[in-house]
Amino acid sequence: MNIIIVGGGKKIHFLTKSFISKGYNVTIVNDDYEYCKKLDKMHDANIVYGDGTKPYILEDAGIAYCHMIIALTPKDPDNLVICQIAERMYFVKKTFSIVNDPENIEIFKKLGIDTVISTSDIISALIEQRVTIDDINNLVPIEEGKISIMEVEVNSDNPVTGQLLSEVKLPEDSIVGCIIRGSSAVIPRGNTKILEDDKLIILSLPEIQSEVLKVIRGKVD
Amino acid sequence: MKKVLTRMKSKMEINKNNDEYIIIVGCGRLGSHLANLLSKARKSVVVIDKDEKAFNRLSDDFSGFTIEADAIEIETLKKAKIDKADVIAATTNDDNTNIMIAQIAKTIYGVPKVIARLFEPSREKVYEELEVETICPTTLSAIEFKSIILKEEGK
Repeated sequence: MNIIIVGGGKKIHFLTKSFISKGYNVTIVNDDYEYCKKLDKMHDANIVYGDGTKPYILEDAGIAYCHMIIALTPKDPDNLVICQIAERMYFVKKTFSIVNDPENIEIFKKLGIDTVISTSDIISALIEQRVTIDDINNLVPIEEGKISIMEVEVNSDNPVTGQLLSEVKLPEDSIVGCIIRGSSAVIPRGNTKILEDDKLIILSLPEIQSEVLKVIRGKVD
Repeated sequence: MKKVLTRMKSKMEINKNNDEYIIIVGCGRLGSHLANLLSKARKSVVVIDKDEKAFNRLSDDFSGFTIEADAIEIETLKKAKIDKADVIAATTNDDNTNIMIAQIAKTIYGVPKVIARLFEPSREKVYEELEVETICPTTLSAIEFKSIILKEEGK
């Protein structure tokens, strides 16, 4: 797979390392000559020096044979243009873009970019969830935090222990998707009994997470 | 049906032609000059620029509004009432900013007339299909230069 990454910064090092270790062909485009030299020393990737928002620079980077393009520049308009040129002029199948202003996520999607990631949004959502809710593992926000998955371990003093799933009055917009029992996973039905030390995998909207927890643990944090 | 609608639309446009609402993004040499001209032609004009000092370029009798903010933030465009705009002209000195603003105006807010300035001619092709009109000073100057040179040669 051929991947073009436009931009710089810490992210580019980790991405490049991990892509190369998977055997992908990576080309990096950056408009800082000294930085390009540095990248060239550090990574076993093709480096192209130039403005990645110009079609002929992307052509130099081999965009015609590229399967995926990732726009990581600090300027949102640049990222948009990179992805659009790739999609419209060169028919690149997958386009990824970082946005610095979370408000731009919706805009980018409306303008046809496949995957839009806002690092600041994801990080702040993660921190917020960790801060408000203790003792929960593997909180994963999906679709920029529109829905989240959490893992809650039940113990003997929780009111739900020993109850059937159908008896547990979970709030709307939440569901127990899976129960991890010992080393096996159970896809629960209404007649599944919740036992001590079960780990419940719960899908819910982020705003009702604390309500869900209240039901399961019978107390408010 | 579509024809009727467009006809109705064009009629409406003629009716309100006098109070056309125009947003200009970027108050540089081009943006400020355009704003002055349009203001003189009695259009309602709003000019957006990141830098307050840029508004000094506007003439004393400029009668429109100015907004000091970054037009890349959607809040700014909302504040400028982009949903009510008849025309939006993106004239900042950054091509990609102009492109982004033009697309937001056209695709998301359905602004009827959208014009963007592009310095780099190689990107023009991509944006033609978006119905965004682009003006490329480089191309225009080259054409003008060429016509002067050829005319002189012909003499």
